[in-house]
Amino acid sequence: MSSRRSRSRQSGSSRITEDQIADLVSKLQQLIPEIRNRRSDKQVSASKVLQETCNYIRSLHREVDDLSQRLSELLASSDTDSDQAAIIRSLLM
Amino acid sequence: MDSNNFFHDLHADTSLESSRKKRRKIEAESHSSETEIKWKSESAQRIYAVKLVEALQRTSSQNAPPAPSEAAGGRVVRDVADRVLAMAAKGRTRWSRAILASRLRLTMLRRHRKVKKASGSASRPRKPLPTAVEDRKNRLPAVGNRVKILSRLVPGCKGIPVTNLLEEAGDYIAALQMQVRAMTALTEIISVSQGDRLGSSSSSQA
Repeated sequence: MSSRRSRSRQSGSSRITEDQIADLVSKLQQLIPEIRNRRSDKQVSASKVLQETCNYIRSLHREVDDLSQRLSELLASSDTDSDQAAIIRSLLM
Repeated sequence: MDSNNFFHDLHADTSLESSRKKRRKIEAESHSSETEIKWKSESAQRIYAVKLVEALQRTSSQNAPPAPSEAAGGRVVRDVADRVLAMAAKGRTRWSRAILASRLRLTMLRRHRKVKKASGSASRPRKPLPTAVEDRKNRLPAVGNRVKILSRLVPGCKGIPVTNLLEEAGDYIAALQMQVRAMTALTEIISVSQGDRLGSSSSSQA
């Protein structure tokens, strides 16, 4: 493993450039509301962006789980399929 | 005359190069804006919600005899929601393919229980890919750690290079946001329609 590291240090162009990573990190920055809404004049560190990304994904998972639970309860309490499907579809469209 | 030709060729070369660069840039931009359009448009959200309802009603009609317990019902809905979300990605992202593949693997396992699943490809010797370790900035243990955690959160992204991981994460987050919006709207619609149905006999509320 150490040989792999020394090899990469010698090679001039690593396949992943810092610019690419900075580019993608800034793209993530735009998606995460917590970072976007805060004052974004200074650069947020990559580590911070990654941490917020992980937290955000976890919170989104939790929200989906909660919504799934609620949906399953709502659907279980009513059993008229065809009526409900038509209503829902018309309300959605 | 020669100088004219020379300059003409030179101009042609640079214009070709610049148009190539421009095309690459436009592709990159359209790729990222395509991601956003895919998950942020209202029509995509509506289509997802409708497909989700249809899929949910299919599963509820299948499970009708053995009614799932309260806790398991949420899990079922979550699985269906993830599956429909992954299908909306149309196979273009790793996380969506991983979600669908894991469902397929589960159903295959349930049918052929005796098949010994080949263990994961961790043992197979791979070419040294430029994973998180090989970049200067990522040699900071904090960043490397976070990248590892992120790779565990996004489905199907365990051993991929960092650039791909960040791209997948971006798309995955946008998709999850749409999923939350669609399911929230759906919950509201269903609860309102049920409220209307249940309260239709009583006098109308203000």
